[in-house]
Amino acid sequence: MAITYTSGEQVEVYRFSVPATIFIPLAAIFLQAWLPLRFHFFTIFDLPLLVTIGFATARRNPLAGLFTGGLIGILQDALTHQPIGLYGIAKTVVGFGASSLGIKLDVENAGARFLLTILFYVVHEIVYFFIARVLVSLQMAWSWPHEIFSGVANATLGLLIYALLDRVKQRI
Amino acid sequence: MESVFGRYRNLIVLVGVLFAQILGLAVQVRRARDKDSEPTRLIRVWAVGAVTPLEKALSWVQTSSGGIWHNYFYLRGVRAENRELKQQIEQLRLQQARMIQDADQAHRLQALLGFKEQFIAQTTAAQVIGGSGSDLSRVIYLDKGYRDGVRTDMAVITEAGIVGKVLRADRATGHVAQVLLIDDQTSGVGSILEKSRLQGILRGTSSGTIELEKVMSDETVPVGEQVLTSGGDGIFPKGLTIGTVTKVSMGSDLFLNIRVRPAADLSRLEEVLIVTKVDEKQTEPDQGTPVRAADILAQRLPGVPAKPETAAARQGAATKNLTNQKPNSAATPKGTKPNLPSGPDTPNAQSTTPKSPSPPPTQIGGGAVQGSPAAGRANSGAAKVSATSAQSGTANPQPAVEKKNAPGTATGTGEGSGASAAKPPVPKPPAGSPASTGRATPGATDKAPKPVVSKPGNPDAATSKSQPATQDTPQ
Repeated sequence: MAITYTSGEQVEVYRFSVPATIFIPLAAIFLQAWLPLRFHFFTIFDLPLLVTIGFATARRNPLAGLFTGGLIGILQDALTHQPIGLYGIAKTVVGFGASSLGIKLDVENAGARFLLTILFYVVHEIVYFFIARVLVSLQMAWSWPHEIFSGVANATLGLLIYALLDRVKQRI
Repeated sequence: MESVFGRYRNLIVLVGVLFAQILGLAVQVRRARDKDSEPTRLIRVWAVGAVTPLEKALSWVQTSSGGIWHNYFYLRGVRAENRELKQQIEQLRLQQARMIQDADQAHRLQALLGFKEQFIAQTTAAQVIGGSGSDLSRVIYLDKGYRDGVRTDMAVITEAGIVGKVLRADRATGHVAQVLLIDDQTSGVGSILEKSRLQGILRGTSSGTIELEKVMSDETVPVGEQVLTSGGDGIFPKGLTIGTVTKVSMGSDLFLNIRVRPAADLSRLEEVLIVTKVDEKQTEPDQGTPVRAADILAQRLPGVPAKPETAAARQGAATKNLTNQKPNSAATPKGTKPNLPSGPDTPNAQSTTPKSPSPPPTQIGGGAVQGSPAAGRANSGAAKVSATSAQSGTANPQPAVEKKNAPGTATGTGEGSGASAAKPPVPKPPAGSPASTGRATPGATDKAPKPVVSKPGNPDAATSKSQPATQDTPQ
């Protein structure tokens, strides 16, 4: 369960096929837009964020992580009516952080993934909150209990998502 | 230099990407503040184009499978339900008969006073196929767009109440429209409380609730009161149901915090109606009952010519005679109050300045019949749009100007309500003639008694862009 410190040489790096790289993020964005209409509780989940973390930790390449996060975030922004870049910036930071941490730590086990997802969910929300308040002047309320609860919920769902991603990733 | 870049390459790229996005964000925010409508960005078109076909397909599958299940398999209790529904129909028929009389009466009164009404002339049914997936952006996507006649700023409603307005519908997105829900924090709806007639602006909050703003803290707003559209925003026709007041508390800056529960369930929307056309026309009595209150009054009252030369003269004569008479209570249908009671809503134009219950901040198109039972019913009825009828002609009584009538007018409406029950056969003037429309022509005004322009303390009424600023009230 513990997060294991691993040397760079011991870390396994994975890649994803082109169809998986394209369709998994699109499917996540699609489900994120569609499911809350049918199941309102689903708004607490952030599937694109989970996919970003999953890709970033598997690839362990900060550049790939930040670009993947940025693109997914921008696509997510495009479906809202807010300026494009809010999710883009937040997911860029998360993608970079998750892949950088993936190099340093062994994040293959479920416990590490669970904790990392909570951490990056909170980071994502803080970055989003900051940008939305400072740059876009949106009125937002911050609630630690809500964020922690959402983080735990996302981390739980994340375990399932990461297990699915493990099936499609390929060792380099 | 090269080694520095190589060493901190990842960090430099991260900073560069973040900087580019922040710059892009700042440009968008600036443009959004400078311009009313920004063009749709290509990335939005791509995202919508990528996601909505899947959503449409999934919605179709869900609807079809649900339809098969409900229409062919899940028919338990249909017989009992059918019996109950038949009983309900009987009761509703009785209610309908009463309400038809009230509605006819309201129409006649509005015609008598020369009001204009807004009708929801055309609606388009659309299915909700997607959302933004974000709590901070409460938008939905519909399967009808620019190519289906949907345009930006059209009202979106359900049979329960209003939903939002069309935010984006352009050629690029074709058959898809983006709708901003009323619970989004960037939305605003001109609203009015049904009974107290207090006006405010309805806004969404970041938590997803909606609140009525700009209602002074010294006003009394009871929990449970209905909130309707005021028509002041120029998007939603007046009188559509918004929701119910659920909580009232003192806010900052001398205003009340009024929380409203939307009548339409915004989190479970499936089908909606887009109001694609709103007609505005002079109120006329129903075709089935071609009798105008003025005609009835002219026949019933001695000394009034049966067929005056002009509508203005006729109205003037009618109201003049009515000032000397009390309402015929015997002729008033049981349970029907005469409209336009002489009270705060209809003060005496000849007396001192009327005391308005509350100065409406954004009133457009308030009417003298506001506050009257018939008007309330008529307004509420406007929101009863059947979701099944794509082309609806639901009447939405929209008085032109908030009028404070002379006493004669007020009494006359009471008489008119009684007359409506009798409905004597009176020949209808030819369509299009001044008499048929009830509006005074210039020539007619010369012959008729000089009209008194009654403009009550409603400054915004004159700002109505689609309705006449003043209405003449012959005395």
